[in-house]
Amino acid sequence: MHNPQLSDDGKLKHLLSIEGLPRNILNQILDTAESFVGVAEREVKKVPLLRGKTVCNIFFENSTRTRTTFEIAAKRLSADVINLNVNTSSQSKGETILDTIDNLIAMHADMFVVRHAQSGAAHFIARHVGPHINVINAGDGRHAHPTQGLLDVFTVRHYKPDMHNLRVAIVGDVLHSRVARSEIHALTTLGVPEVRVIAPKTLLPQHVEKLGVHVYHDMREGLKDVDVVMMLRLQNERMNGALLPSAQEYFKCYGLTQEKLDYAKPDAIVMHPGPMNRGVEIDSAVADGNQSVILPQVTYGIAVRMAVMSILAGNS
Amino acid sequence: MTITLPDAELLFKQLVEKIKPLITADTALVGIHSGGVWLLERLLAELGNDVKHGTLDVSFYRDDFNQRGLHAEPKPSNIPFEVEGSHIILIDDVFYTGRTIRAAMNELFDYGRPASISLAVLANRGGRELPIMPQISTFDIDLVANKNLQLLRHDDGRFYLQLEESD
Repeated sequence: MHNPQLSDDGKLKHLLSIEGLPRNILNQILDTAESFVGVAEREVKKVPLLRGKTVCNIFFENSTRTRTTFEIAAKRLSADVINLNVNTSSQSKGETILDTIDNLIAMHADMFVVRHAQSGAAHFIARHVGPHINVINAGDGRHAHPTQGLLDVFTVRHYKPDMHNLRVAIVGDVLHSRVARSEIHALTTLGVPEVRVIAPKTLLPQHVEKLGVHVYHDMREGLKDVDVVMMLRLQNERMNGALLPSAQEYFKCYGLTQEKLDYAKPDAIVMHPGPMNRGVEIDSAVADGNQSVILPQVTYGIAVRMAVMSILAGNS
Repeated sequence: MTITLPDAELLFKQLVEKIKPLITADTALVGIHSGGVWLLERLLAELGNDVKHGTLDVSFYRDDFNQRGLHAEPKPSNIPFEVEGSHIILIDDVFYTGRTIRAAMNELFDYGRPASISLAVLANRGGRELPIMPQISTFDIDLVANKNLQLLRHDDGRFYLQLEESD
């Protein structure tokens, strides 16, 4: 089946989803990101790869953190960056997504970073733009968040280089999480033999096993002997709904405390895509503890996004 | 006409002898991936590992990115010494157009302002396109554009030169 992310000769043209991407492309992104990590430690934190290019961060849904990391990544590649919060401007005046995109194309934009509440929005835009423009999905509905998935596996690979010998647990709201989906696809494509999801039944998608994961409802059982614990964000607005009894109850069963973490391997790492709900998904002592790699995740996120942008620009 | 290539091991010995007198406390050797890094590793074995040194991969600074895209396997650059005020000797295997060296100099300046930069290569094959020339070269030859002179390594680490012809 034709993958809309790839050109006819198999090169990455857009990054819309991890699903369907071959292992060699994921490895190319991760290896390239490795070289970008050092750029942030230099006197001049820039390389000239995207000099003269214009990157548009089009956010139809707010996300300060993701937008900022994409902005820093583009600027470190020497691109010009335009940030658009569309929900507060054009769309409220009645303009369609494609009108907005056409206007930005007319302004000679070269790359679109798109965040949208609707699944498939980035695919929709990628189908519309010409061959000289690259589209990166920065999160669409419940579907995908490929750069977050990639930065998570980059972090795993950094701390646990032998990916073929790992047990990884993903904990929390898998149902609403585009991050979890991207993480699962990335981990399984890169050959991680055992990926577990740990969540109450109400927060798991139907037939989640089809993604190749093992399902656990008990945190202690699910964390036993894992090398990596990936916590997911739980949106506070969902606490009062029918899916969860209360934040306190959730923390008691699925919040990561040191006592629960001790079921994992002693050198297990703890990850979280942020922003964290301390005392709901994760105990502060664990979030700030010596097994936490939550802040390095943010640092690596910039290197991974630089890698994606430069590979796409080089292929167009 | 058949071109006879010199023994790369003999050239390497000459390179060591030419670089040795230039080494001071302020000198740093920087190898360019990948041939220049091979030479750097052997040079350090001869000159002593206490000589300041680092490696560069110029993939992010190449001027042909828009035509050729990103190199498939970039290696991280590693400059662990203070560039500011250092006398840097760039090491590369074969000097051709000068574009790689331009990229390497641009990258070095993003680490700091060196006191000086020199260039040492094993072979200068002609075809310069920029006002950049090696200060040290152990073999000079003028090759036409479709010839490709490469430094390679045997399994035991010994160097040899190879000439390939492209269409």
